[in-house]
Amino acid sequence: MARNEIKYLTAAKLEKPKKKFCRFKKYGIKYVDYKDVDFLKKFLNEQGKMLPRRLSGNSLKYQRKVSDAIKKSRQMALLPFVTDLFK
Amino acid sequence: MNNYELMMIFTPVLSEEEFKAAQKKYATMVADAGGTTVNSNPWGLKSLAYPVQKKTTGIYWVYEYTASPDFNEKIKIAILRDEQVMRHMITKLDKNAVEYNVNKRNGVFNKSKNVEV
Repeated sequence: MARNEIKYLTAAKLEKPKKKFCRFKKYGIKYVDYKDVDFLKKFLNEQGKMLPRRLSGNSLKYQRKVSDAIKKSRQMALLPFVTDLFK
Repeated sequence: MNNYELMMIFTPVLSEEEFKAAQKKYATMVADAGGTTVNSNPWGLKSLAYPVQKKTTGIYWVYEYTASPDFNEKIKIAILRDEQVMRHMITKLDKNAVEYNVNKRNGVFNKSKNVEV
């Protein structure tokens, strides 16, 4: 059984997860435009699926606005429904 | 009189003046029904994210207007009858959206949000 754990001399420094903030509250954005594809791409992963709130850090109100905008832009063929590595 | 935004995708085989004629057709339709056009923004030929009706490109047109609520039904029927239009979407604009569009037009927005996911 290969000894694959590596013994560190000093404890591995856990990189403190940076405080997530809701960018809509912070920058005071009120409306998520479904035509603004580059901005919406920030909320999609490689497969073109929406990021959950715990990853995107949005508050509930704005996460819903983002999801509506993404669905609208998908309907109008601005964003793909599913793709591979389109970022 | 609410604010609406109509986005349409025309078939790519449309020539330039046909595209203009279609725009004028719908613009006059809005004007006849007592609505006003706020902004017409043809994007022109763009490639679609996925093939629509076996076509991978389409001519986009974003058209912002104010109209009475019952007008949208009429324009929808006209759009569905028009076979040059592949897809369309009418969205109601609330006050934030209208303000956003005005800012976007005046270029006050340079969207300099250093956002990281």
